[in-house]
Formats: sequence, C-alpha cells, structure tokens
Amino acid sequence: MFRITSQPIDLAAVRSQLLDTGCGAYVQFEGWVRDHNEGQQVLRLEYEVYEPLAIREGQRILDEAIQCFGLRKVTAIHRSGMLELTDVAVIVGAASPHRGEAFDGCRYIIDQLKSRLPIWKKEHYANGMAEWVNCQRCAEAGHQHEQ
Amino acid sequence: MKIEIRYFAAFREATGIASEPVDTQAETTAALFAECIDRYPALRNYSASLVAVNDEMADWEHALANGDEVLFFPPVAGG
Repeated sequence: MFRITSQPIDLAAVRSQLLDTGCGAYVQFEGWVRDHNEGQQVLRLEYEVYEPLAIREGQRILDEAIQCFGLRKVTAIHRSGMLELTDVAVIVGAASPHRGEAFDGCRYIIDQLKSRLPIWKKEHYANGMAEWVNCQRCAEAGHQHEQ
Repeated sequence: MKIEIRYFAAFREATGIASEPVDTQAETTAALFAECIDRYPALRNYSASLVAVNDEMADWEHALANGDEVLFFPPVAGG
C-alpha cells in the first residue's frame, strides 16, 4: 500500500508487514535528506504533496510493479512537510520469491515515484535562501539529476 | 465557461495565489495555461509542467468543460 505521512517513518514496521513465507528476497530502499545539492549546502528539505492524486498514482505504481516484476508484497511511504538532514524522505519495500525481481521491482518503484507523483521539494540552504528543486532544469542542462 | 484553477508549489509562489476562479473561452488545458502565462509572466520560466483536471492527470489537449477544476503542477521532484 502507498501512503503519505507527515510523521517519521517506522522503518522496522515496513519490513515486518511485508514478511511472507513465500518470499526469499526483500529489497528496501530509503531516500535520505542529504546536506548538499548542485554545489549548495542544504540544511533541510520541505516537501509539498498534493495528496489526493499522489496517493492514487503511488498505488498505481505499486500495482504496476506487482504486475510487471512478479513481486509478492510491496509498500512505499513518502514524507510531507519539513525534514532534517538524514531523515528518511521515502521508503520502498519489495518482497519476492527471488532477489532479481525484488531488486528490479524496487528500482522501478522509486524511479516512477520520483517522476510521476505530484510532490515538490524545496531546499533550504545555509546561505538563507530556499529554492524549489526543478528537475527540468537538470534535464535541460543535459545531465542526470544527482539524487 | 467558468473554471477553477489551482496552483501548486513554485506556481503558487510565482502567481502569489493558491487558486482562482476564471471565466474563460479557452477550449483546452494548454490554451488555459497560455492565458495564465499572460497574467503571470513568471510562469513562462517553467517547462515540463503537468496538468490535472478534476483530480485526474490530463494532457495539454484535454477539452475543458464548464465547472472543471484545473490543477497546474510545476515539474515534480519527489524522493
């Protein structure tokens, strides 16, 4: 199940709810708040989420991953609001009978979550400025966004 | 026809408002957004934006109907 929360994510609970006797592999991805981006020193991040659409689109992505990669159990949670350095901004858990599907499915889910959900990230910098992160800016510059 | 427009994140800051009712002749989401750029030139700086109509993702050819709620999303950046 996909959900959005303004509270810290209980990492152990994510794993335990996916335990499955038919699964031999579990891959968990955590996205952390990092202290730098594109030469700027980052102090904290702020996520704005349009929840009605984000939840529906997030669930669609999880359903696609189950269909396409043969995952048995999946979950993903994305934070909203203000986050501090090292906080977990997003978590994806993918369990499957074998490790290949779990790795591939987990990768698919996080990549799709980043590009399809109506979620915006504002970086607050050490110099007192704050800016919305605009992935398009990187696409136009012709380089991969460092994330 | 009457349309309710909502702006998010950088768009809300560029326009200075979260939402507004408009009376428009625009037939598509693209035409409606072009009108918004006329009113708020700062929106011109963004490409790869997304649009939703009545809480469903839509494309820029989407035909508008009276009473629609149109959501303009700047480029997303989850994760």
